[in-house]
Amino acid sequence: MPPRTCALCNDARAILKRPKTGQQICKECFFYVFETEVHNTITEARLFKPGDRVAIGASGGKDSTVLAHVMKTLNERYKYGLELFLLSIDEGITGYRDDSLETVKRNQQQYDMPLKILSYDELYGWTMDAIVAQIGKKNNCTFCGVFRRQALDRGAAILNVDHIVTGHNADDIAETVLMNIMRGDIARLGRCTSICTQGEDTIKRSKPFKYAYEKEIVMYAYFKKLDYFSTECIYSPDAYRGHARAFLKDLEAARPSAIIDIIHSGEAFEINDDVKATQKLQQTCRRCGYMSSNELCKACTLLEGLERGMPTAAVTDRARRKLDADGPVPENLRTIPLFQLPSNLRQNAATAVEATS
Amino acid sequence: MATISLNIEFGGGLELLFSNQRSHRITIPANVPVSSATGQTPEDSDVPSKPVDITYLMYWLRDNLLKERAELFVENGTVRPGVLVLVNDTDWELEGEGEYQLKDGDEIVFISTLHGG
Repeated sequence: MPPRTCALCNDARAILKRPKTGQQICKECFFYVFETEVHNTITEARLFKPGDRVAIGASGGKDSTVLAHVMKTLNERYKYGLELFLLSIDEGITGYRDDSLETVKRNQQQYDMPLKILSYDELYGWTMDAIVAQIGKKNNCTFCGVFRRQALDRGAAILNVDHIVTGHNADDIAETVLMNIMRGDIARLGRCTSICTQGEDTIKRSKPFKYAYEKEIVMYAYFKKLDYFSTECIYSPDAYRGHARAFLKDLEAARPSAIIDIIHSGEAFEINDDVKATQKLQQTCRRCGYMSSNELCKACTLLEGLERGMPTAAVTDRARRKLDADGPVPENLRTIPLFQLPSNLRQNAATAVEATS
Repeated sequence: MATISLNIEFGGGLELLFSNQRSHRITIPANVPVSSATGQTPEDSDVPSKPVDITYLMYWLRDNLLKERAELFVENGTVRPGVLVLVNDTDWELEGEGEYQLKDGDEIVFISTLHGG
């Protein structure tokens, strides 16, 4: 097959077929269009304003490593005026997270960004290794997911940032759309394609790679020779997501635009008001002060179950009743430190309360 | 029997299936059966032959170097969806994918995209 020239510059030899468009492009044009599309995603959604302090949720994996590189590049090229930080969560998984954190530490040097590592051990007093030793491999993803979400917000509060960007890519979002459809989780289906999730007084989460294909992220890392870590978590991966992923990859092989098409479908759904109404009102956890839809937040409930030797208490209603029947909370129960929003958000929240009262 | 030498690289976690070794230098026959069966060469039977291509290479790697979980590498006669292939640093989709005819000294890279971000 003769070498083809780039469809964009008509000069250099093409090295990549873009899954989104089918265009055959050269290396330099690929870097440029990939970065520019992320820049367009950021500006169209008005994700940042000058002076923002932004944490990049960094796992050492491909997506967050490329995100750190691209955020740094765009911040300099387009003068966003952002102060960037790396924020990593150490779940305490020997042979997995300890290795990937070494990658994040190298990224800190390579990108010259401050790094904060917050561990489950210091926050909850439990590593995932210890949790799995107690509860086994079934359901451990529930603990890890709930604990990580809260740990990221707490890490952000420590760094005094009010915005976390994550490396979720187009494939991840398309997968989530499919999973929410297959589970009938309509409330989540309505939210899962938003580029930015935020309440009035909470830490923003956004996904600058929302429209970036995994293939291009991996190719970008490969051609830029970025240093990333790739090993599957040693504790049972999310099986259901695995099926959705395999299905999506088969669809992509047949028709590469399928990924972006599924995201567009997700964005176009209109969620019925009846469904929206079933979402519970947000409140503050009475034990740790974190955002919660119940009196006790999910993390506090999970932690109490672990501490009292009934770890499934927050996973099933039956176990929760058994825990309640077992008596009141012991006074010396280990709890999560009080959660406080970053200072600028505290002011916002206070203003909001004054305005409504 | 004519042979060619290739440099093989695995990345993105795929190396875990290949003795956790990223780089491999291999020598394979220059002509192979049209069926891509790796156990025989055209010289020792009357099977019709073709110049060696990536599809043959994929089966050869599975049968000779892969140590575990072959289903994460090969699926339905091709490289599993989600594994990227580069031929001398070019996307194999521009090179005819499995039908690309290998040349002596080629570098073939396989990268899994399926590991967490």
